[in-house]
Amino acid sequence: MSWVNAVVQGLLLGGLYALFACGLSLMFGVMRIINLAHGDIAVLGAFLVWEVSFTYHVSPFIALLPVLPIMAAFGYVLQRSVLARSLRGGPLIPLLTTFGLSIVIQNGLLQAYSPDVRSLGAKAGTISTKSWVINSRLAVPYIGLLVLVLAVVVLGGLQLTLRRTPFGREMRATALDPDTAALVGIPAWSVYAKATAIALATATLAGAFLAIRSTFQPSSGPTQLIFAFEAVVIGGLGSLWGTLGGGIVLGIAQTIGANIDPRYSILAGHLVFLAVLASPRGRILASRSTAR
Amino acid sequence: MTLLEVQDLHARHGLLQAVRGVSFTVSQGETVALVGANGAGKSTMLRTLAGAHPASAGSVRFDDVDITGVPAHRRVALGIALVPEGRKLFADLTVEENLLVAGRRAKPGPWTVETVVAAFPMLKPLRNKKASQLSGGEQQATSIGRALMTNPRLLMVDEVSLGLAPIAVDAVYESLTSLIKSGSTVVLVEQDLRRAMSVADRVICILEGKIVLEAATASVSRELITEAYFGLRAQGST
Repeated sequence: MSWVNAVVQGLLLGGLYALFACGLSLMFGVMRIINLAHGDIAVLGAFLVWEVSFTYHVSPFIALLPVLPIMAAFGYVLQRSVLARSLRGGPLIPLLTTFGLSIVIQNGLLQAYSPDVRSLGAKAGTISTKSWVINSRLAVPYIGLLVLVLAVVVLGGLQLTLRRTPFGREMRATALDPDTAALVGIPAWSVYAKATAIALATATLAGAFLAIRSTFQPSSGPTQLIFAFEAVVIGGLGSLWGTLGGGIVLGIAQTIGANIDPRYSILAGHLVFLAVLASPRGRILASRSTAR
Repeated sequence: MTLLEVQDLHARHGLLQAVRGVSFTVSQGETVALVGANGAGKSTMLRTLAGAHPASAGSVRFDDVDITGVPAHRRVALGIALVPEGRKLFADLTVEENLLVAGRRAKPGPWTVETVVAAFPMLKPLRNKKASQLSGGEQQATSIGRALMTNPRLLMVDEVSLGLAPIAVDAVYESLTSLIKSGSTVVLVEQDLRRAMSVADRVICILEGKIVLEAATASVSRELITEAYFGLRAQGST
């Protein structure tokens, strides 16, 4: 029964990883930018939710409502001001830029909030602690289920938007060939800025739910970035459904690893990631990204 | 009425001067063929006119407005459409999506997915096929259709028949001819001189980035154009 429990908990944890990976996958898919500040931006979002939640004494779910558009606007401005310029410098410059941004955000948060570990769980009320008890060995926490459902809705919704709507078509066309997109009237900068706005909003969502279901601190970002990156690669680059699957595979690998021995939790996730990279599919991914 | 006015246009690829001081005009409803050898600067010039390549000097006026510094996507809104060399379709999108994506920001006009498919009947069974699975001729038809979806006032087609099977060239030209007859303003680049002369009102021959011959198709012989094409005339006169 403990194995069934491990898989169920992994599935729920995978929902959170998929939510983290969503924005990373989108930005890579549309702009070929690997946003090394993704994890820190998620943590920044979590701190904003914390700030609103404690200043106005509201639940973090309510606090998300103003924070999401603020972070989306931040994403729009970030793309227009910093990332657009670094994109013109070639593929390596955005990597350096976002790395720098990661350091700035992390140290800024450290300065403002101290390195204390905190959690939004208490503010969220009973939903963060209650479980749906199936039997003595298996319980499904409400918050885990909520995050998984949210991940399916966000990633699935974005995937449908990309496939079915005029805006999604423009985004796919720009991702394939920004120069030709301009020749049919699509301003690439506008599509890029909107993609970054969406990516930062989903990162904020992920950061807030990390803060609610467990703990966070100014230095939490890079770990989340690694998990998100692994989820994107396991799921296959450029597909949001794949990213959802990749997040879940990573989550299950970690909980099964932990079930064998708690020390193996993170390691098991890394091993699955490396196995995918070493597989024929991983080689296709590597050759495709160098060909671009 | 003059629709496009190009004055002393220069464009370069780094140190290479691809277009060196080209001036010409295109009137409303006219069809102009640009001919010239590979590397003469035809594609660079069309891309500069479309805003996809920066002009290093000179000016481009469209409908009496200076558009020299206007970015490509805004020129599309003004009514300039380019069918780029090599078709450049969005490979993962279907034929219909390729058309729709261009039509989204278009001004209302005669061209919709339905009218494009009617003008290029070969696209009818292919609407839900991915662009990457099309043959060369089908791709060219889709690419021209995609440009038409923006309801352009000036359509520029780069290398109409390059890399196409003869039968596909016939089909593309059939649609292009009816388009020209309907009064559209077209600038096309064509390697096949006979084809170019059969549809165009005027031929402009470019050699090493400069115009060496500009004449109405009715008043010029193929021999004269061929000489200009290879630079024989220029050599003879110096």
